[in-house]
Amino acid sequence: MAKIFAVTIVLIAIGSAIPIVMHTWTLPQDISTHGPLIDEQYSDTMAEAGISFLASQFLLAFFIWKFSSPKPGAKIRNFPGGAMGLVIAAFLLVGTEVLALGVFGAKAWASVYFTPPAANALPVQVQAGQFAFYFRYTGPDGKFGPLHADHISEANQNFFGLDPQNDPDSKDDIVTAEMAIPVNREIHLLMHTKDLGHSFFVPELRVQQDFVPGLDLSIHFTATKVGKYEIVCTQLCGLGHYNMKAYLEVKSQEDFDTWMKQQAAAQ
Amino acid sequence: MHDVSPHVVHHGAPTGFIRKHVFSIDHKVIGKQYYALALVAVVVGMVLSWLMRIHLAWTNFAIPGLHFLSSNGAPGNVMTPEYYLQLMTMHGTIMVFFVLTTAPFAAFGNFFLPIQVGAEDMPFPHFNMMSFWVTFVAFLVLVSSFFVGDGPTLGGWTQYAPLSAVGSVAGPGQGMGVVLWAASIGIFCIGQLLGSLNFITTTLDMRTKGMSLMRLPLSAWAWFITSIMGLTAFAVLMPACILLILDHVAGTSFFVPSNLVINDQLQPHTGGSTLLWQHLFWFFGHPEVYIAIIPGLGIVSHVLITNMRRPMLSHRVLIYSFGALAVLSYMVYGHHMFVSGMNPFSSLAFSFPTLVITIPSTIIVLIWLGSLYGSKLRINTASLFALGFVSMFISGGVSGFFLAQPSIDIMLHATYFVVGHFHLVMAVAAIFGIFSGTYFWFPKMAGRMMNETLGKLHFWLTFVGTYCIFMPFHYLGIAGNVRRYQAFVDDYLQPLIPVHKFITVAAVLTGLAQFIFIYNLIYSRFKGAPAPDNPWEATSLEWITATPPPHDNFGGKLPVVYHDPYQYGIEGSSGDYVMQNSPEQIKTAYDEK
Repeated sequence: MAKIFAVTIVLIAIGSAIPIVMHTWTLPQDISTHGPLIDEQYSDTMAEAGISFLASQFLLAFFIWKFSSPKPGAKIRNFPGGAMGLVIAAFLLVGTEVLALGVFGAKAWASVYFTPPAANALPVQVQAGQFAFYFRYTGPDGKFGPLHADHISEANQNFFGLDPQNDPDSKDDIVTAEMAIPVNREIHLLMHTKDLGHSFFVPELRVQQDFVPGLDLSIHFTATKVGKYEIVCTQLCGLGHYNMKAYLEVKSQEDFDTWMKQQAAAQ
Repeated sequence: MHDVSPHVVHHGAPTGFIRKHVFSIDHKVIGKQYYALALVAVVVGMVLSWLMRIHLAWTNFAIPGLHFLSSNGAPGNVMTPEYYLQLMTMHGTIMVFFVLTTAPFAAFGNFFLPIQVGAEDMPFPHFNMMSFWVTFVAFLVLVSSFFVGDGPTLGGWTQYAPLSAVGSVAGPGQGMGVVLWAASIGIFCIGQLLGSLNFITTTLDMRTKGMSLMRLPLSAWAWFITSIMGLTAFAVLMPACILLILDHVAGTSFFVPSNLVINDQLQPHTGGSTLLWQHLFWFFGHPEVYIAIIPGLGIVSHVLITNMRRPMLSHRVLIYSFGALAVLSYMVYGHHMFVSGMNPFSSLAFSFPTLVITIPSTIIVLIWLGSLYGSKLRINTASLFALGFVSMFISGGVSGFFLAQPSIDIMLHATYFVVGHFHLVMAVAAIFGIFSGTYFWFPKMAGRMMNETLGKLHFWLTFVGTYCIFMPFHYLGIAGNVRRYQAFVDDYLQPLIPVHKFITVAAVLTGLAQFIFIYNLIYSRFKGAPAPDNPWEATSLEWITATPPPHDNFGGKLPVVYHDPYQYGIEGSSGDYVMQNSPEQIKTAYDEK
């Protein structure tokens, strides 16, 4: 039975690795400028984790195979180098691995979070609420009007709580249910939630960030490929969480300008 | 020679049924009660997971009889979205608290820690009894939420605020359901604190003559370390639960900021912090992962040593590694919050210790593997589950490399990758530890042997089935499959539904295999072959006493310990091992100086 067990472990290990090695399961395509660093980090980690996984499982299987039916009178033997050798090996191998992943991973993280948005980045505000996203563009004045929680009304379609009667900056704000952005232009995304915790996740854009009630956050990114992608919520927000989604359309600058005019006209 | 004079606790054997089997102060009875509670809880949790899995694979499938559980939650036997989330929340809560914490730590620890240290009982037996009954009440309070108001909370076992703190305006179960959840967990914390105090004092004060700390078996060390963690982690969760209840019933705003508009209603809260809950919860939550798994590490080490017929390459290195895991577990909790809005510099600060914690984990695995080398491995159900644990711990552990890094977490956070990771490394692995401990210690606990054929059948179905369930979770996560969805309506998730169907079939079949275990457990309890005192030829103190042990554990005379706990692979008078209490002079090749 021990030998069958050993073979089973090997088959499971190989079977688990094949879909990764064959790229049957990979990260979705990347359409961002910061994504390559994340993807490289992911690939490096997969290589290191994969080698650790296979080596450990194979060793486990091999030792089960070899030492489960000792010859009569066989003596117990110690692993060459003993415990101290293994401890040193763990510190050297895993310590090096950890240091490398930590340092290079920090670089990838810093590229996303430790750089300010470009001065000419296009500001877009996204508001999350049970169970929809809404987006706001500044309009020609380049300014967002202030939000008023007591003005928010789904029934009146005042999703952000704007007060254009009294706030001049709000008058030309453009509110949409779909997000459109120009390709190859940096976007400064201002994140606000009106009710609970939500999240903004676009796998292709390599962006996932929670909305925090009471705390307005911002992220910035640049999309590099025209297309239509899904924005989904990853923070459990209630019974409709699974259905909280919107579309992100990455357009050419001309198409984006046309779209923006259409949206302004529809306000 | 160690010269601690143990504080002996004497209490006479109970006579009546109630004092003997219900409100017992005997640590062994309390251990069995914890085990029974965990068994009931795991069946409930598993059935909930079946319902969830069936719904995920076939969303509109009518599950016969489901409306009896909740007519609102399952009209026409088809689960509503909110009911899915409610079942999911209960699954996670029941499994984490009432199974993974209760069985390996409270159940086995209660039964065997006093015996392994050579004591008659724990120093505070009434506190011990209270700890179980408090935990039992906590379970009843949690389960009662199925039948109160609009059902249990839907907020997940992490109960993130403000979803958990604003009341029923946020959805079904978010009013009374959350209050009952927080009350249950708060009560559970009291039970754990009482239990932890007993475990710590038992280890420090109740050791018999000759039982130095380094002569404690690895299982005892694991329970000792876990109890210290329990004392600090649950002491944080309990006040967090109290504050959450106050937000519901006293109009406070600990976890709710100003100006929230829910269902077009401006909420009457001001000034709270949603991230405060996450910090409090995860300061408990990540140590909790180790509270669930460290007893498993100890149990599996104990079982493996007996079946390898040799001590580990290093007893001390394993103990220090368990300790390192415990200490580091408090420094890594922020990796659950990389994309939470926490300061991004903090993410790096939490990332590094999370990566570093792989070093003691790796040392533990390497010591296991290095000890297997040159051993005389005996294959039985207990050792199969222990070896299966090693395999699961490796598989779940390596995926931690990904989640420790904030940059990769951007892609994998809140996906099925995380679900696969934690199920393998701390849930299924811990359950393999429970199974291993059960097959190993059942003879001592029940006085009868379990059926090995059924045990091995149970192992094979569980081992293969578990991989079929949880390895594909990782692939789904890589593809961006978000967790906690009751249905997959997004375009990019549609191609993944067949994988969910495969997982569901595997989950149902693997779950069914667990009834082989339950049958074996019940059948063997009454009809199993009578167990000898030391069926595995093991060395630690639980095997020197009668089977099952008498009320005072050692028949009125505490043992004296002469050796390290694992004297195997030598030529003793009784075979290849020498009992810990044997005064026989031996020469061992494994003495660590």
